[in-house]
Amino acid sequence: MATATMTAGSTAPEPSGPRPKRLTADRVGLYVFLVIAAAFFLLPMYVMIVTSLKPMSEIRLGNIFSLPEAWTIEPWLQAWNSACTGLNCGGIKVGFWNSIRILVPSVIISIFVGALTGYALSLWRARGSNLLFAVLLLGAFLPYQVFIYPLVRIYSSVGIYGTMAGIVVTHTIFGLPLMTLLFRNYYASLPIELFKAARVDGGGFWAIFFRLMLPMSTPIIIVAVILQVTGIWNDFLFGVVFAGRENLPMTVQLNNIVNSTQGEKLYNVNMAATILTALVPLVVYFVSGRWFVRGIAAGAVKG
Amino acid sequence: MKTRRRMNVATYVALFPAFIVVVFAYLGTMLWTVQISFTESKLLPTFAFAGTRQYERLFATSRWSISLENMVIFGIGLIAVCLVLGFLLAAALDQKIRFENTFRTIFLYPYAMSFIVTGLAWQWILNPTLGLQQYVRNLGWTDFQFDWIIRNDRAIYVVIIAGVWQASGLIMALMLSGLRGIDQELWKAAKIDGIPTWRVYVNIIIPMLRPTIITSVVLLSLAVVRVYDLVLALTGGGPGISTDVPAKFILDYLFGRANIGLATAASSILLVIVLVIITPWLYYEYFRPKRERR
Repeated sequence: MATATMTAGSTAPEPSGPRPKRLTADRVGLYVFLVIAAAFFLLPMYVMIVTSLKPMSEIRLGNIFSLPEAWTIEPWLQAWNSACTGLNCGGIKVGFWNSIRILVPSVIISIFVGALTGYALSLWRARGSNLLFAVLLLGAFLPYQVFIYPLVRIYSSVGIYGTMAGIVVTHTIFGLPLMTLLFRNYYASLPIELFKAARVDGGGFWAIFFRLMLPMSTPIIIVAVILQVTGIWNDFLFGVVFAGRENLPMTVQLNNIVNSTQGEKLYNVNMAATILTALVPLVVYFVSGRWFVRGIAAGAVKG
Repeated sequence: MKTRRRMNVATYVALFPAFIVVVFAYLGTMLWTVQISFTESKLLPTFAFAGTRQYERLFATSRWSISLENMVIFGIGLIAVCLVLGFLLAAALDQKIRFENTFRTIFLYPYAMSFIVTGLAWQWILNPTLGLQQYVRNLGWTDFQFDWIIRNDRAIYVVIIAGVWQASGLIMALMLSGLRGIDQELWKAAKIDGIPTWRVYVNIIIPMLRPTIITSVVLLSLAVVRVYDLVLALTGGGPGISTDVPAKFILDYLFGRANIGLATAASSILLVIVLVIITPWLYYEYFRPKRERR
């Protein structure tokens, strides 16, 4: 009988399942399952990549899973430079730069406001702050359809409907619950003595925030940046409703390009444009690795 | 011991943006939406009180019933498959396997991408004339059929497939961190007692994962209620209106058809559904008096 020798002091990040025996039928089955699952997850990406590298003449043959016979990067250039939405043929690059211009201020502002709110909620006292936090959390879960129409009216009345400011404000508003939650939990987990010492030294609300807490927040800021960059980049709904025709983000433009009904469908160009749109979050994902998972854990499990 | 924390003006200044957001952007807009749903508003909001007439109209609209029905089918399918697949993947990854990181990265990457990307990728793969169906036919099975994406009665299942592809990695990640939190001693004890592995999973591990499962179900449910861009990119709600979902219904009636009375009534229904899902969960997660809260 195989006596399971457990390594002493094995802690959380170690696998906790039963200890493997040698290479038995079970183990082989396990790997077969994992490989099949991996194939299912990789398949669409594979299809997108090979399609984007084929000329249309090959695509029309219907061999969607085959490698290209005549490799070409022409679809990529076309997708970036000259793909059309209706009569505009500026390529997906227009959407890319719009998304960047939306992303940068939205990420910075939403994280700053979230950090400030989380700091005030976790380390200072204010009347009604628990209620504020509760409603804020609730807001994170409500369907956006409830907010959209009145927000359009409010934005119109202050003149930011369909503008860059409008979409940045929207991302800040709807990013606030998660950002606040992240920073509130993070500041609450720091040793309170630190805060007390700063108070004894005469630090005020703002001095402690800017000089002590923000500089100590690097890990949680990284998590917040990952969450916000992927979230805002992938947004479609707010972009299509609030950004205005001049500022449509990449996701909206992509959908317009691919699902437009005019002319022959250029599947290779469409797939190149689709991969280009997925690129920013994918890079974030692959570069950030465990941080991404941490972000999910922080954002999903507790919020 | 309670720490003495000062109340001061700066705290209120700092909380002011959040206060504005909560009062105007969340509560104000929510009440306004509900208010409009009780008026005769069409293109513009009016104050002509309509009682529950918009709601009666809404539920007499077959497109709304189809949307709701689709949401339920999509919800049940997505949640069931994601939970099972997510758990199996997590349990498999938890067997001290090689290349664990690689596998985990592969299972989770779709979650990083936009629903639009997911929808368009699957739309292309399942294209009946040039996609999977044609490929298999070219291989020699000439009467192979998989044209669900253009069939009224099957297209919603395609939405489930794409949704599962995108979201099951998330459930895998949550389940895996749940499994990693389980005490190694438990496996030792089970081994000594000679309990087969699958029984340990079914009778002990899964019940222990209850909080993770609840979280997963809530997160997926919220995604289900919100589903919009996935459907838009994948099927455009079609063929016809056969894959329409409430979120898309609302957007179309708000902007395309300019019938805000009906759209806000539909929004209010969604709001009620979400409140029913999350209120008990939020209470359980955050406000249950289990331990000292900071």
